[in-house]
Amino acid sequence: MKKSYFSSITLALVLAFLYVPILLVVAYGFVPNGVSMSYFDANGAFTGFTGKWYAQIFTGHYSVKSLMQSFWLSLTIAGLATLVSCVLGTTSALALHRWKDRLQSIHYALVYTPLIMPDILIGISLLMLFVAANVECGFWTILIAHVTFCVSYVAMTVLARLQDFDDRIVEAAYDLGAGPWYTFFHVELPILLPGIIAGGLLAFTLSIDDVVITSFVNGAGTNTFPTYVSSMTKHSRNLPSVFALSTLMLVFTCILAGLSKFISRKQPQKTKGK
Amino acid sequence: MKENPLRSKRAEAAVTLPSFVWLALFFAVPAFIVLAFTFHGHTANGGVGEWSLSTWRELVDPDYPAIVWNTLRISFEVTLWCIILALPCAYAIARMNKRWRAIVAGSIMLPFWTSFVVRVFAWKTMLHPDGWLQTCYFSWLKVSDWLFDWLPGFMQRFLVWAGFASNAPLDAASSTILDSEAAVVLVSVYSFLPFAIMPIYTAAEKFDFSLLEAARDLGAKGFYAFRKIFVPGIRQGIVSAVLMVFIPAIGSYVIPQMLGGTNCVLIGNKIFMRAMQNRNIPHASALATLMAVSVLVPLGMAMYWKKRQNARTSRRLERETARMIVGRGGEA
Repeated sequence: MKKSYFSSITLALVLAFLYVPILLVVAYGFVPNGVSMSYFDANGAFTGFTGKWYAQIFTGHYSVKSLMQSFWLSLTIAGLATLVSCVLGTTSALALHRWKDRLQSIHYALVYTPLIMPDILIGISLLMLFVAANVECGFWTILIAHVTFCVSYVAMTVLARLQDFDDRIVEAAYDLGAGPWYTFFHVELPILLPGIIAGGLLAFTLSIDDVVITSFVNGAGTNTFPTYVSSMTKHSRNLPSVFALSTLMLVFTCILAGLSKFISRKQPQKTKGK
Repeated sequence: MKENPLRSKRAEAAVTLPSFVWLALFFAVPAFIVLAFTFHGHTANGGVGEWSLSTWRELVDPDYPAIVWNTLRISFEVTLWCIILALPCAYAIARMNKRWRAIVAGSIMLPFWTSFVVRVFAWKTMLHPDGWLQTCYFSWLKVSDWLFDWLPGFMQRFLVWAGFASNAPLDAASSTILDSEAAVVLVSVYSFLPFAIMPIYTAAEKFDFSLLEAARDLGAKGFYAFRKIFVPGIRQGIVSAVLMVFIPAIGSYVIPQMLGGTNCVLIGNKIFMRAMQNRNIPHASALATLMAVSVLVPLGMAMYWKKRQNARTSRRLERETARMIVGRGGEA
């Protein structure tokens, strides 16, 4: 069978296109001159690499104070939003899976529509709600907004997991005298856990990456990492610190993903089947 | 079975209520508030005024129609580029052996583990007026200008009228790629391309490649077979890909904000400007309503077209779109 060179070459070029900015993110984290963002000085001579931006992050230098503040705020909000949306998303998926009536078709529309709506519409409509209710924007409004768009993703992920869930297990638990709470914590939750974790990870990534919705509901002075970066100008002093911090995050997520892959590969051998 | 508490109405209410109330309160109610605000005037101090139709009347007057058209045109351009690039990529990945397929498909999504804003910022640094991309851009402008002169007059006039081309003479000082529409299109394609590749690849993976061999045996070659056999065979995936790119492109706000400057203001930027800077809440609401309509129309069209074709494939499209949306990591 003849190979198509045209499509292979396109694929190679597209991969290069996708990776060049990532390589630059890594490269800009070691640049000595943080204003020109160039490895070459005015005479065109190479200036070498520096680790000072990483040092600033690790020592908590005053110039990266607001950057680190926004970063920790992002982590806090993402963590809390993940927790709340995992609870809401799981109950939502359970309800959608178990009952098929009118209430659930409205429920399904409520869960599904946020997935197809552009972020900016969710942002503006939440802002309107807070304006109408006269609520001061800040930490709590950001958290509410993040939970709102994360719930649907968790619900859809758990729902996908429920597709190959054997409902007779639950009925068997009931026949054997288990109550609804006992059945949930000892039968359903262990089976659904991988789906909930996958949904939670997705929610966490989306929440920590969100800039559009946050920039509508963050109020004055409350910045998450993405809104902080997007408000920076090109001639900001600590630009390389942002790239250094992003590189650290990239390395950290890669390790985490590698670990989860490693664990999930290990598991089937241990438990045999499923 | 009858007294199974899991089937009771009370249990259903208890399990449904948390997410139902949350989403109704923070998703459905706000949508109605937005709609209601469009039928209000605005007050000078940034509040919402009396009930009136003045907001809708004012929408026709200033530069809003142009902005809506620009947004649709740019989203169309971005979608077209994404599909053109995604088709050969998906084909190439689907032809690989299983091991490589997983590796390459994974590495297409990998860049999305870096913060979206940081990646756009890296682009911003890359598109600096002294950079090599600026040189490429200016050469491209010169070539397209030369090509444009070859077109017949009516086509030139149409392209200028639709905003795809401009009559202004080229000059190096004002043709910077940063703060231009080209930068917005380029980085939008960069950001949305994986969401075009993945659904097409999912469809291509299920495609029976022996059909192409059969076509070749019957005399259809290369591009002809690709166009007549492969593309119709993965139509489902292409429709999902178009939706996955077009909808976020319509709602795009960060990319034009950071790279488009004042030369590329889309609906998203205008909404933000009206809501946060001018404090004209009714105008922002009306623009948001317009955006919702421009998202729902293509979506409804795709659904209707599928439904007419086959009710079962429609559900698969919906499911697949949901799955792809769930699988994404970046901006919507």
